[in-house]
Order: sequence, then C-alpha cells, then structure tokens
Amino acid sequence: MPFLATTVSSGVLVLVGAVFLASAVEMVEALTIVVAVGHTRGWRSALQGVGVALVALAALVAAFGPALVHVPLSALRLIVGGVLLIFGMQWLRKAVLRSAGLKAKHDEDEIYRETVAELEAAGTTPARDRIAFVMAFKGVFLEGLEVVITVLTLGTSAHRLGLATVVAAVAVVLVGGVGIAVSRQLSAVPENAMKMTVGILLVSYGTFWTGEGLSVKWPGNDTFLVACVAIYAVVTWALVVLVKPKARPSVEVAA
Amino acid sequence: MSTKSSWPLRALKGFGMFWWDFLVGDTPELFVAAVVTIVIIDLVSRVGHHNSLAVWLLPILAVVSFSTSVWRAVSKARKK
Repeated sequence: MPFLATTVSSGVLVLVGAVFLASAVEMVEALTIVVAVGHTRGWRSALQGVGVALVALAALVAAFGPALVHVPLSALRLIVGGVLLIFGMQWLRKAVLRSAGLKAKHDEDEIYRETVAELEAAGTTPARDRIAFVMAFKGVFLEGLEVVITVLTLGTSAHRLGLATVVAAVAVVLVGGVGIAVSRQLSAVPENAMKMTVGILLVSYGTFWTGEGLSVKWPGNDTFLVACVAIYAVVTWALVVLVKPKARPSVEVAA
Repeated sequence: MSTKSSWPLRALKGFGMFWWDFLVGDTPELFVAAVVTIVIIDLVSRVGHHNSLAVWLLPILAVVSFSTSVWRAVSKARKK
C-alpha cells in the first residue's frame, strides 16, 4: 500500500535524521576535547581514556538497553516524549540565541582553548598521564552518554533500536574519520545549523511520543511527525528573524 | 569519621546531577513548561476525550514555551 509506505518512511526518515545529526554533533564535541588532549599531552593516554569511555558506554547500553524493552510502551513513550521535548527545546533555544549573536557561535574553538589551557596549567607530562586520561575519558563518556540516551529513547520508542544504533555508529565513525583528517579544524563544522536541525527533530519526536503516551490519536499517524517538523521549522525561522538585531548590518565573510 | 562518601553514593549523586543538568540545567522554565504541558494534554485527551483539541494544543504549548524561553533570554541579554 503506497500510503502505508509513505507513513513508515516519513517516521523512519525523521528517526534517522535525528539520531544521525545528534550523534554527529556530540561526536564533534567529544573529538574536540580528545584532539586538544592529544595535541597537548600526547596521544597514548588520550586514546586510553577514549577506549575506557567506549567500554563504559557499551556496558551501560548492555545494562539498560534490554531493560527498556520491558517498560510498558505508553509509559515509555510518555517519558521519552517528555525528555525529548525538554532536550529539543533546550537545543533549539541555544541555536536561536547563537543565530541572533547572543551566544558564542563556535563552541569548538572555545572548548579547544579551554581544554588546552587547563592541560598546560597542569604541568609536565609523565609517561602515564592521568590528567590526559581523565580529560579524554570525561569528554567521550559525557558526550557519548547523550548519544546513548538519544539512541535508546528514540530507537526503543519507535521499535527500531537496531536501526538507531547503526545510524549512530555510522555518524560516530564518519565524524571521527573526518575529524581525525582535519584535526584541529573542527570549528569549520556548521555546528549551529546542525544543532538547529536536531532541535527541530527532537521537539517533533518529543511532541509525537508525548501525545502517543497520553493516548492522543494523531491525524495521519506517523505522517504527523512531518507536520510537526514543518511547524517547528517555521517557528524557529520566525524567532531567528525576530530576535536578530536589525540595526547591525550583516557582513558575510567568504570562507 | 571520614568526610569522603563511598563510591556507590558518589556514583548515585553523579547520576542524579547528570539528569538534573540534562533536564533542568540553566533553563528550568522549559522543564516546568514541559511538565505543565503533559498535565494539560492528559486532562484534555484522557479525561476530557477532546482528541482534536489535544492534537493542536500540544504543539501550540511547545511553541509558546520555547518562544517564551527564547524571549526571556533575549531581553535578559539586551538589558546587560
């Protein structure tokens, strides 16, 4: 049935987009910290920290992933919907404020500078560098935890945990590869546009699952997700236009 | 008596702090707005059985919450 195919693919498309972009953005943030640690204190301890963080994240997924399947679906969708609604609105808010020039746009430059300054203040680098290990571990674990939460919540609610995991893995490998290749130029990634898109997708999913958890019957079922994306995209665009200072002439600098 | 707490307690505290930062952080108004939205939609949909009202009210409440939070941040930043 063509209608069924359309509704399934629109839901899957939003899921894939949300998981891929959210994972990519978190990966860029984690990679910035790891690159700063590697360049400043050496790669051995930094990579050890990355390895241990990945093992810890895998253990968390193994522990909580199967447990989530046993939570009643309507309760799970309500909790997931609420979390995504809050998380998505936070991301969108930051993205709008960045677009309006009220928040620093290139976080990666700042994160890199702060991490390097902190590491340089720590003094000499021994062969087994505890500080580098801890910094790399914390960066990867905390950013990775957000990826894990996104994958588990979106994947379980949509009954597509396998697909969500694969998409996240592809995003992590892709960003990791490109990040290693460009090394310190991670600030060139259009992070704000990506965050804005993720925010729109997360709020859309948050709205959809919150409604499902509260027994709301959406017109067109999954297709309503696309309507949510359109509504939130228009509202976000309108907010960016409204809050952008009008007196200041905008100067485009060619890259 | 040692002032250092045991590792399970520290892990629990860290876990709680992570979720607090994740959900509340520096935008408690968005957390409160989401909770209020859920309560309103529950009343409209499950108690009042007004499905079509809930369908449009949920995105509208989300838009109002998010726009209000942005507006608050903008006016705060411009006052500085």
